Amino acid sequence: MTKEFDIKKHSLVPTHTKLTEEEAKKVLDEFNITKDEIPKILLSDAAIKDLTPEYGDVIKISRPSPTNTKTTFYRVVVNG
Amino acid sequence: MSDVYKKFEEKLPGRVIEELKVEAKASKLTDAETTKALNDAVKEYEALLISPGESIGIVTAESFGEAGTQMTLDVFHLAGVAEIQVTRGLPRLIELFDARKIPSTPSMSVYLKSEHTKNEKSIRKVASFLKEMRLEEVSEEFTLNIMNESVEVDLDNKRIKDFGFKKEEILETIKKDLKNASVKETKKGFTLKPESEEINLSILYKLKESAKSTLLRGVPKIIQVLPTKKDGKYVILCAGSNLKKVLEMEQVEGKFTVSNNIFEVASTLGIEAARQAIMNEAVSVIENQGLDIDIRHVMFLADMMTQTGIVRGITRGGISGEKESVLARASFETPINHLITASLTGEKDNLKSVIENVMVNQPIPLGTGLPGLISKIGEKKEKKK
Repeated sequence: MTKEFDIKKHSLVPTHTKLTEEEAKKVLDEFNITKDEIPKILLSDAAIKDLTPEYGDVIKISRPSPTNTKTTFYRVVVNG
Repeated sequence: MSDVYKKFEEKLPGRVIEELKVEAKASKLTDAETTKALNDAVKEYEALLISPGESIGIVTAESFGEAGTQMTLDVFHLAGVAEIQVTRGLPRLIELFDARKIPSTPSMSVYLKSEHTKNEKSIRKVASFLKEMRLEEVSEEFTLNIMNESVEVDLDNKRIKDFGFKKEEILETIKKDLKNASVKETKKGFTLKPESEEINLSILYKLKESAKSTLLRGVPKIIQVLPTKKDGKYVILCAGSNLKKVLEMEQVEGKFTVSNNIFEVASTLGIEAARQAIMNEAVSVIENQGLDIDIRHVMFLADMMTQTGIVRGITRGGISGEKESVLARASFETPINHLITASLTGEKDNLKSVIENVMVNQPIPLGTGLPGLISKIGEKKEKKK
Protein backbone atom coordinates (compact mmCIF):
# COMPACT_ATOMS: atom_id res chain seq x y z
CA MET A 1 0.00 0.00 0.00
CA THR A 2 2.70 2.49 0.85
CA LYS A 3 5.93 3.37 -0.88
CA GLU A 4 8.66 5.96 -0.48
CA PHE A 5 7.98 8.96 -2.68
CA ASP A 6 11.00 10.45 -4.40
CA ILE A 7 10.40 14.16 -3.90
CA LYS A 8 12.82 15.07 -6.68
CA LYS A 9 10.15 13.90 -9.09
CA HIS A 10 7.63 16.40 -7.79
CA SER A 11 6.73 19.26 -10.10
CA LEU A 12 7.26 21.85 -7.37
CA VAL A 13 10.81 20.77 -6.55
CA PRO A 14 13.58 22.28 -8.72
CA THR A 15 17.01 20.71 -9.19
CA HIS A 16 19.37 21.23 -6.28
CA THR A 17 23.12 20.72 -6.71
CA LYS A 18 25.88 21.13 -4.17
CA LEU A 19 28.78 23.37 -5.23
CA THR A 20 32.38 22.53 -4.46
CA GLU A 21 34.50 25.01 -2.48
CA GLU A 22 36.02 26.54 -5.63
CA GLU A 23 32.70 26.82 -7.42
CA ALA A 24 31.16 28.44 -4.36
CA LYS A 25 34.01 30.92 -4.13
CA LYS A 26 33.60 31.78 -7.79
CA VAL A 27 29.91 32.51 -7.30
CA LEU A 28 30.54 34.63 -4.22
CA ASP A 29 33.25 36.59 -6.05
CA GLU A 30 31.02 37.09 -9.05
CA PHE A 31 28.33 38.78 -6.95
CA ASN A 32 30.85 40.30 -4.54
CA ILE A 33 29.07 39.02 -1.46
CA THR A 34 29.71 36.84 1.57
CA LYS A 35 27.91 33.66 2.55
CA ASP A 36 25.94 35.56 5.21
CA GLU A 37 24.27 37.64 2.57
CA ILE A 38 22.76 34.95 0.35
CA PRO A 39 19.43 33.26 1.12
CA LYS A 40 19.47 30.24 3.39
CA ILE A 41 18.35 26.65 3.22
CA LEU A 42 18.02 24.46 6.30
CA LEU A 43 20.33 21.49 6.82
CA SER A 44 17.23 19.36 7.34
CA ASP A 45 15.52 20.52 4.15
CA ALA A 46 13.79 17.62 2.41
CA ALA A 47 15.04 18.55 -1.05
CA ILE A 48 18.76 18.35 -0.22
CA LYS A 49 18.72 15.18 1.84
CA ASP A 50 20.52 13.17 -0.86
CA LEU A 51 23.31 15.72 -1.28
CA THR A 52 24.73 15.08 2.22
CA PRO A 53 25.01 18.80 2.90
CA GLU A 54 27.13 20.35 5.61
CA TYR A 55 26.93 23.66 7.36
CA GLY A 56 28.16 26.40 5.04
CA ASP A 57 27.75 24.56 1.75
CA VAL A 58 26.40 26.55 -1.16
CA ILE A 59 23.49 24.91 -2.97
CA LYS A 60 22.78 25.84 -6.56
CA ILE A 61 19.14 25.74 -7.54
CA SER A 62 18.07 25.77 -11.19
CA ARG A 63 14.41 26.50 -11.32
CA PRO A 64 11.92 27.33 -14.02
CA SER A 65 10.87 30.95 -13.98
CA PRO A 66 7.67 32.57 -15.20
CA THR A 67 9.66 35.47 -16.67
CA ASN A 68 12.57 33.49 -18.07
CA THR A 69 13.13 29.97 -19.29
CA LYS A 70 15.35 29.07 -16.38
CA THR A 71 16.95 30.91 -13.50
CA THR A 72 19.76 30.03 -11.17
CA PHE A 73 19.49 30.70 -7.50
CA TYR A 74 21.89 30.10 -4.64
CA ARG A 75 21.23 29.20 -1.05
CA VAL A 76 23.68 28.56 1.75
CA VAL A 77 23.13 25.68 4.16
CA VAL A 78 22.43 26.73 7.74
CA ASN A 79 21.75 24.65 10.82
CA GLY A 80 18.17 23.82 11.58
CA MET B 1 20.97 30.30 -37.48
CA SER B 2 21.57 29.60 -33.85
CA ASP B 3 24.89 31.52 -33.76
CA VAL B 4 22.95 34.74 -34.19
CA TYR B 5 21.10 34.10 -30.95
CA LYS B 6 24.10 32.80 -29.05
CA LYS B 7 25.67 36.24 -28.75
CA PHE B 8 22.54 37.53 -27.07
CA GLU B 9 22.09 34.78 -24.55
CA GLU B 10 23.92 36.83 -21.93
CA LYS B 11 22.01 40.01 -22.66
CA LEU B 12 18.44 38.81 -22.96
CA PRO B 13 16.33 36.44 -20.87
CA GLY B 14 15.70 33.06 -22.46
CA ARG B 15 12.00 33.65 -22.87
CA VAL B 16 12.50 36.77 -25.01
CA ILE B 17 14.93 34.90 -27.25
CA GLU B 18 12.48 32.02 -27.63
CA GLU B 19 9.72 34.41 -28.61
CA LEU B 20 11.97 36.16 -31.12
CA LYS B 21 12.97 32.83 -32.62
CA VAL B 22 9.35 31.98 -33.32
CA GLU B 23 8.62 35.42 -34.75
CA ALA B 24 11.73 35.43 -36.92
CA LYS B 25 10.85 32.07 -38.36
CA ALA B 26 7.30 33.14 -39.10
CA SER B 27 8.36 36.25 -41.00
CA LYS B 28 11.43 34.60 -42.55
CA LEU B 29 14.03 37.13 -41.40
CA THR B 30 17.60 36.96 -42.66
CA ASP B 31 20.46 36.73 -40.20
CA ALA B 32 21.22 40.41 -40.50
CA GLU B 33 17.63 41.35 -39.88
CA THR B 34 17.41 39.05 -36.91
CA THR B 35 20.50 40.63 -35.38
CA LYS B 36 18.92 44.03 -35.80
CA ALA B 37 15.73 42.82 -34.15
CA LEU B 38 17.75 41.33 -31.31
CA ASN B 39 19.67 44.55 -30.81
CA ASP B 40 16.40 46.45 -30.63
CA ALA B 41 15.13 43.92 -28.13
CA VAL B 42 18.20 44.45 -25.96
CA LYS B 43 17.60 48.19 -26.03
CA GLU B 44 13.97 47.75 -25.02
CA TYR B 45 14.87 45.25 -22.35
CA GLU B 46 17.51 47.42 -20.77
CA ALA B 47 15.15 50.38 -20.75
CA LEU B 48 12.61 48.29 -18.86
CA LEU B 49 14.99 47.03 -16.19
CA ILE B 50 14.53 48.72 -12.86
CA SER B 51 17.33 51.06 -11.97
CA PRO B 52 19.28 50.79 -8.73
CA GLY B 53 17.49 52.71 -6.02
CA GLU B 54 14.01 51.97 -7.25
CA SER B 55 11.71 51.31 -4.28
CA ILE B 56 10.52 47.90 -5.37
CA GLY B 57 9.05 47.02 -1.98
CA ILE B 58 6.55 49.82 -1.96
CA VAL B 59 5.71 49.21 -5.63
CA THR B 60 4.90 45.60 -4.77
CA ALA B 61 2.85 46.64 -1.77
CA GLU B 62 0.89 49.11 -3.84
CA SER B 63 0.37 46.60 -6.64
CA PHE B 64 -1.23 44.18 -4.23
CA GLY B 65 -2.99 46.86 -2.23
CA GLU B 66 -4.84 48.42 -5.11
CA ALA B 67 -5.94 45.08 -6.53
CA GLY B 68 -6.96 43.95 -3.06
CA THR B 69 -9.66 46.60 -2.93
CA GLN B 70 -11.38 44.89 -5.86
CA MET B 71 -11.36 41.45 -4.26
CA THR B 72 -14.05 39.42 -2.60
CA LEU B 73 -13.97 40.49 1.01
CA ASP B 74 -15.68 37.47 2.43
CA VAL B 75 -15.79 33.74 1.86
CA PHE B 76 -18.59 32.57 -0.38
CA HIS B 77 -20.74 29.78 0.93
CA LEU B 78 -21.93 27.69 -1.96
CA ALA B 79 -24.90 26.00 -0.38
CA GLY B 80 -25.94 22.79 -2.06
CA VAL B 81 -23.22 22.82 -4.68
CA ALA B 82 -21.11 19.70 -5.05
CA GLU B 83 -17.87 21.56 -4.63
CA ILE B 84 -15.27 21.56 -1.94
CA GLN B 85 -15.30 24.75 0.02
CA VAL B 86 -12.10 26.70 -0.54
CA THR B 87 -11.32 30.14 0.82
CA ARG B 88 -10.78 32.57 -2.02
CA GLY B 89 -10.19 36.23 -2.52
CA LEU B 90 -8.75 38.58 0.03
CA PRO B 91 -9.07 36.28 3.07
CA ARG B 92 -7.01 33.62 1.29
CA LEU B 93 -4.40 36.15 0.18
CA ILE B 94 -4.13 37.44 3.73
CA GLU B 95 -3.66 34.01 5.29
CA LEU B 96 -1.18 33.13 2.56
CA PHE B 97 1.07 36.13 3.11
CA ASP B 98 0.63 36.01 6.86
CA ALA B 99 1.84 32.39 6.60
CA ARG B 100 -0.79 30.96 8.93
CA LYS B 101 0.24 27.53 10.13
CA ILE B 102 -3.03 25.94 9.03
CA PRO B 103 -5.16 27.53 6.30
CA SER B 104 -8.83 28.06 7.11
CA THR B 105 -9.79 25.51 4.45
CA PRO B 106 -6.93 23.05 3.97
CA SER B 107 -7.32 21.21 0.68
CA MET B 108 -5.40 19.04 -1.73
CA SER B 109 -5.68 18.06 -5.36
CA VAL B 110 -4.61 14.47 -5.78
CA TYR B 111 -3.65 13.12 -9.19
CA LEU B 112 -3.86 9.41 -9.89
CA LYS B 113 -1.70 7.06 -11.88
CA SER B 114 -3.15 6.31 -15.30
CA GLU B 115 -4.10 2.72 -14.47
CA HIS B 116 -6.49 3.99 -11.81
CA THR B 117 -8.26 6.55 -13.98
CA LYS B 118 -9.74 4.19 -16.55
CA ASN B 119 -13.31 4.46 -15.37
CA GLU B 120 -15.28 6.24 -12.77
CA LYS B 121 -15.57 3.18 -10.59
CA SER B 122 -11.84 2.77 -10.08
CA ILE B 123 -11.48 6.48 -9.28
CA ARG B 124 -14.23 6.28 -6.71
CA LYS B 125 -12.48 3.31 -5.19
CA VAL B 126 -9.23 5.22 -4.74
CA ALA B 127 -11.20 8.17 -3.42
CA SER B 128 -12.78 5.96 -0.79
CA PHE B 129 -9.30 4.87 0.28
CA LEU B 130 -8.32 8.51 0.68
CA LYS B 131 -11.19 9.64 2.86
CA GLU B 132 -10.71 9.00 6.52
CA MET B 133 -13.28 6.63 7.95
CA ARG B 134 -13.68 6.31 11.68
CA LEU B 135 -15.63 3.80 13.74
CA GLU B 136 -18.17 6.46 14.59
CA GLU B 137 -19.38 6.50 10.99
CA VAL B 138 -20.31 2.83 10.83
CA SER B 139 -21.80 2.59 14.30
CA GLU B 140 -25.32 3.14 15.50
CA GLU B 141 -24.74 3.73 19.16
CA PHE B 142 -22.09 3.90 21.86
CA THR B 143 -23.38 3.10 25.34
CA LEU B 144 -21.63 3.25 28.68
CA ASN B 145 -22.68 0.25 30.72
CA ILE B 146 -21.82 1.17 34.28
CA MET B 147 -23.12 -2.08 35.76
CA ASN B 148 -20.83 -4.22 33.63
CA GLU B 149 -18.09 -1.60 33.58
CA SER B 150 -17.93 -1.69 29.82
CA VAL B 151 -18.64 0.23 26.63
CA GLU B 152 -21.17 -1.27 24.26
CA VAL B 153 -20.88 -0.50 20.57
CA ASP B 154 -23.74 -1.18 18.18
CA LEU B 155 -22.59 -1.39 14.56
CA ASP B 156 -24.69 -0.24 11.64
CA ASN B 157 -24.72 -3.25 9.35
CA LYS B 158 -26.12 -1.40 6.37
CA ARG B 159 -23.39 1.24 6.44
CA ILE B 160 -20.75 -1.44 6.92
CA LYS B 161 -21.98 -3.13 3.78
CA ASP B 162 -22.23 0.15 1.87
CA PHE B 163 -18.65 1.07 2.58
CA GLY B 164 -17.39 -2.43 1.80
CA PHE B 165 -16.22 -3.38 5.28
CA LYS B 166 -16.54 -6.68 7.09
CA LYS B 167 -17.38 -6.98 10.75
CA GLU B 168 -14.33 -9.18 11.36
CA GLU B 169 -12.03 -6.58 9.80
CA ILE B 170 -13.41 -3.88 12.03
CA LEU B 171 -12.96 -6.00 15.13
CA GLU B 172 -9.40 -6.71 14.05
CA THR B 173 -8.52 -3.01 13.74
CA ILE B 174 -10.20 -2.23 17.02
CA LYS B 175 -8.21 -4.94 18.77
CA LYS B 176 -4.99 -3.60 17.29
CA ASP B 177 -5.75 0.02 18.07
CA LEU B 178 -7.19 -0.14 21.57
CA LYS B 179 -4.50 -1.97 23.46
CA ASN B 180 -5.71 -1.21 26.95
CA ALA B 181 -9.12 -2.76 26.43
CA SER B 182 -10.46 -6.22 25.75
CA VAL B 183 -12.87 -6.68 22.85
CA LYS B 184 -15.78 -9.10 22.93
CA GLU B 185 -18.08 -9.69 20.01
CA THR B 186 -21.82 -9.42 20.61
CA LYS B 187 -24.90 -9.80 18.48
CA LYS B 188 -25.19 -6.16 17.54
CA GLY B 189 -21.55 -5.20 17.61
CA PHE B 190 -19.02 -5.57 20.37
CA THR B 191 -18.27 -4.60 23.95
CA LEU B 192 -15.10 -2.99 25.19
CA LYS B 193 -13.83 -3.58 28.69
CA PRO B 194 -10.94 -1.52 30.06
CA GLU B 195 -8.07 -3.63 31.33
CA SER B 196 -6.99 -1.31 34.11
CA GLU B 197 -7.40 -2.37 37.73
CA GLU B 198 -9.51 0.52 38.82
CA ILE B 199 -12.47 1.28 36.62
CA ASN B 200 -14.39 4.51 36.97
CA LEU B 201 -16.65 6.57 34.82
CA SER B 202 -13.96 8.79 33.39
CA ILE B 203 -11.91 5.82 32.20
CA LEU B 204 -14.97 4.39 30.51
CA TYR B 205 -15.75 7.72 28.97
CA LYS B 206 -12.22 8.09 27.62
CA LEU B 207 -12.39 4.59 26.17
CA LYS B 208 -15.64 5.43 24.43
CA GLU B 209 -14.17 8.56 22.91
CA SER B 210 -11.03 6.81 21.68
CA ALA B 211 -13.13 3.98 20.25
CA LYS B 212 -15.24 6.50 18.37
CA SER B 213 -12.25 8.01 16.63
CA THR B 214 -10.51 4.76 15.72
CA LEU B 215 -9.33 5.04 12.13
CA LEU B 216 -10.68 2.18 10.06
CA ARG B 217 -9.50 3.25 6.65
CA GLY B 218 -8.11 6.20 4.71
CA VAL B 219 -5.69 9.00 5.33
CA PRO B 220 -6.05 10.95 8.56
CA LYS B 221 -7.25 14.56 8.21
CA ILE B 222 -8.84 14.04 4.77
CA ILE B 223 -12.45 14.74 5.59
CA GLN B 224 -14.06 15.02 2.19
CA VAL B 225 -13.22 13.76 -1.29
CA LEU B 226 -14.57 14.81 -4.67
CA PRO B 227 -13.38 13.19 -7.89
CA THR B 228 -13.46 15.67 -10.77
CA LYS B 229 -12.00 16.20 -14.21
CA LYS B 230 -9.54 19.06 -14.62
CA ASP B 231 -7.85 19.79 -17.96
CA GLY B 232 -8.67 16.31 -19.23
CA LYS B 233 -7.16 14.65 -16.19
CA TYR B 234 -8.95 13.04 -13.30
CA VAL B 235 -8.26 14.78 -10.04
CA ILE B 236 -9.53 14.04 -6.58
CA LEU B 237 -10.13 17.23 -4.69
CA CYS B 238 -9.84 16.74 -0.95
CA ALA B 239 -10.95 18.85 1.95
CA GLY B 240 -8.30 18.49 4.60
CA SER B 241 -4.67 17.97 3.84
CA ASN B 242 -2.02 15.38 4.58
CA LEU B 243 0.55 15.67 1.82
CA LYS B 244 3.12 13.28 3.22
CA LYS B 245 0.77 10.34 3.69
CA VAL B 246 -0.97 10.85 0.35
CA LEU B 247 2.30 11.01 -1.59
CA GLU B 248 3.22 7.65 -0.13
CA MET B 249 0.07 6.03 -1.48
CA GLU B 250 0.62 3.59 -4.31
CA GLN B 251 -2.24 4.77 -6.51
CA VAL B 252 -1.21 8.43 -6.39
CA GLU B 253 0.76 10.18 -9.11
CA GLY B 254 2.96 12.25 -6.84
CA LYS B 255 4.33 14.61 -9.44
CA PHE B 256 1.41 17.02 -9.54
CA THR B 257 -0.26 16.28 -6.23
CA VAL B 258 -0.25 19.46 -4.15
CA SER B 259 -1.60 20.82 -0.92
CA ASN B 260 -2.60 24.40 -0.21
CA ASN B 261 -0.92 24.26 3.18
CA ILE B 262 2.41 25.99 2.60
CA PHE B 263 3.98 24.67 5.79
CA GLU B 264 3.15 21.12 4.84
CA VAL B 265 4.75 21.65 1.43
CA ALA B 266 7.83 23.14 3.09
CA SER B 267 8.28 20.23 5.46
CA THR B 268 7.69 17.47 2.90
CA LEU B 269 9.17 18.98 -0.28
CA GLY B 270 11.60 21.62 0.95
CA ILE B 271 11.78 25.40 0.98
CA GLU B 272 12.10 25.82 -2.78
CA ALA B 273 8.89 23.91 -3.32
CA ALA B 274 7.24 26.12 -0.71
CA ARG B 275 8.36 29.21 -2.62
CA GLN B 276 6.82 27.81 -5.77
CA ALA B 277 3.67 26.85 -3.89
CA ILE B 278 3.26 30.37 -2.48
CA MET B 279 3.52 31.75 -6.01
CA ASN B 280 1.05 29.24 -7.43
CA GLU B 281 -1.46 29.88 -4.67
CA ALA B 282 -1.20 33.66 -4.95
CA VAL B 283 -1.48 33.58 -8.73
CA SER B 284 -4.50 31.29 -8.58
CA VAL B 285 -6.27 33.65 -6.16
CA ILE B 286 -5.45 36.68 -8.30
CA GLU B 287 -6.59 34.99 -11.50
CA ASN B 288 -9.69 33.62 -9.84
CA GLN B 289 -10.68 37.15 -8.91
CA GLY B 290 -10.13 38.32 -12.48
CA LEU B 291 -7.28 40.62 -11.55
CA ASP B 292 -3.91 41.18 -13.13
CA ILE B 293 -0.89 41.62 -10.88
CA ASP B 294 2.53 41.27 -12.45
CA ILE B 295 4.08 37.93 -11.58
CA ARG B 296 7.32 39.66 -10.55
CA HIS B 297 5.62 41.14 -7.49
CA VAL B 298 4.44 37.70 -6.44
CA MET B 299 7.92 36.28 -7.03
CA PHE B 300 9.45 39.02 -4.92
CA LEU B 301 7.09 38.33 -2.04
CA ALA B 302 7.66 34.57 -2.25
CA ASP B 303 11.42 35.15 -2.26
CA MET B 304 11.19 37.36 0.82
CA MET B 305 9.05 34.87 2.69
CA THR B 306 11.41 31.94 2.08
CA GLN B 307 14.70 33.81 2.38
CA THR B 308 15.76 32.35 5.71
CA GLY B 309 15.05 28.74 4.83
CA ILE B 310 11.74 28.64 6.65
CA VAL B 311 8.42 30.14 5.64
CA ARG B 312 7.88 33.47 7.37
CA GLY B 313 4.81 35.59 7.03
CA ILE B 314 4.64 39.33 6.66
CA THR B 315 3.51 39.85 10.24
CA ARG B 316 4.98 41.00 13.52
CA GLY B 317 6.15 37.43 14.11
CA GLY B 318 7.72 37.18 10.68
CA ILE B 319 9.54 39.55 8.43
CA SER B 320 8.25 42.81 9.90
CA GLY B 321 9.14 41.65 13.40
CA GLU B 322 12.78 41.27 12.50
CA LYS B 323 13.40 44.85 11.59
CA GLU B 324 16.38 46.32 13.31
CA SER B 325 14.77 49.56 14.27
CA VAL B 326 12.56 49.78 17.35
CA LEU B 327 10.48 52.60 15.97
CA ALA B 328 9.83 50.72 12.73
CA ARG B 329 8.63 47.66 14.61
CA ALA B 330 6.52 49.79 16.92
CA SER B 331 4.84 51.50 13.99
CA PHE B 332 3.63 48.18 12.56
CA GLU B 333 1.78 46.28 15.27
CA THR B 334 1.59 46.26 19.09
CA PRO B 335 3.60 49.49 19.56
CA ILE B 336 3.48 49.59 23.34
CA ASN B 337 5.06 46.15 23.76
CA HIS B 338 7.93 47.08 21.50
CA LEU B 339 8.56 50.43 23.13
CA ILE B 340 8.47 49.00 26.65
CA THR B 341 10.88 46.14 25.89
CA ALA B 342 13.15 48.54 24.02
CA SER B 343 13.30 50.99 26.89
CA LEU B 344 13.86 48.20 29.43
CA THR B 345 16.75 46.70 27.48
CA GLY B 346 18.18 50.01 26.35
CA GLU B 347 17.91 49.45 22.60
CA LYS B 348 19.39 51.91 20.16
CA ASP B 349 17.78 53.17 16.98
CA ASN B 350 20.18 54.19 14.24
CA LEU B 351 17.46 55.73 12.06
CA LYS B 352 18.61 53.86 8.99
CA SER B 353 15.27 52.92 7.51
CA VAL B 354 12.21 54.68 6.19
CA ILE B 355 9.58 54.69 8.91
CA GLU B 356 11.72 55.91 11.80
CA ASN B 357 12.92 58.81 9.67
CA VAL B 358 9.35 59.77 8.84
CA MET B 359 8.66 59.79 12.57
CA VAL B 360 11.53 62.11 13.40
CA ASN B 361 10.87 64.30 10.36
CA GLN B 362 14.04 63.62 8.43
CA PRO B 363 14.65 62.84 4.75
CA ILE B 364 14.13 59.15 4.16
CA PRO B 365 16.71 56.75 2.75
CA LEU B 366 14.75 55.05 -0.01
CA GLY B 367 15.29 52.42 -2.67
CA THR B 368 16.63 48.93 -3.26
CA GLY B 369 20.14 48.19 -4.40
CA LEU B 370 21.75 51.52 -3.67
CA PRO B 371 25.35 51.36 -2.52
CA GLY B 372 26.32 53.13 0.66
CA LEU B 373 29.12 55.01 -0.99
CA ILE B 374 29.61 56.08 -4.60
CA SER B 375 33.02 57.24 -5.76
CA LYS B 376 34.85 57.59 -9.04
CA ILE B 377 37.84 55.37 -9.49
CA GLY B 378 40.23 56.19 -12.33
CA GLU B 379 41.05 52.65 -13.41
CA LYS B 380 37.43 51.53 -13.72
CA LYS B 381 36.65 54.48 -15.96
CA GLU B 382 39.09 53.31 -18.63
CA LYS B 383 37.56 49.84 -18.73
CA LYS B 384 34.15 51.30 -19.41
CA LYS B 385 35.48 52.79 -22.73
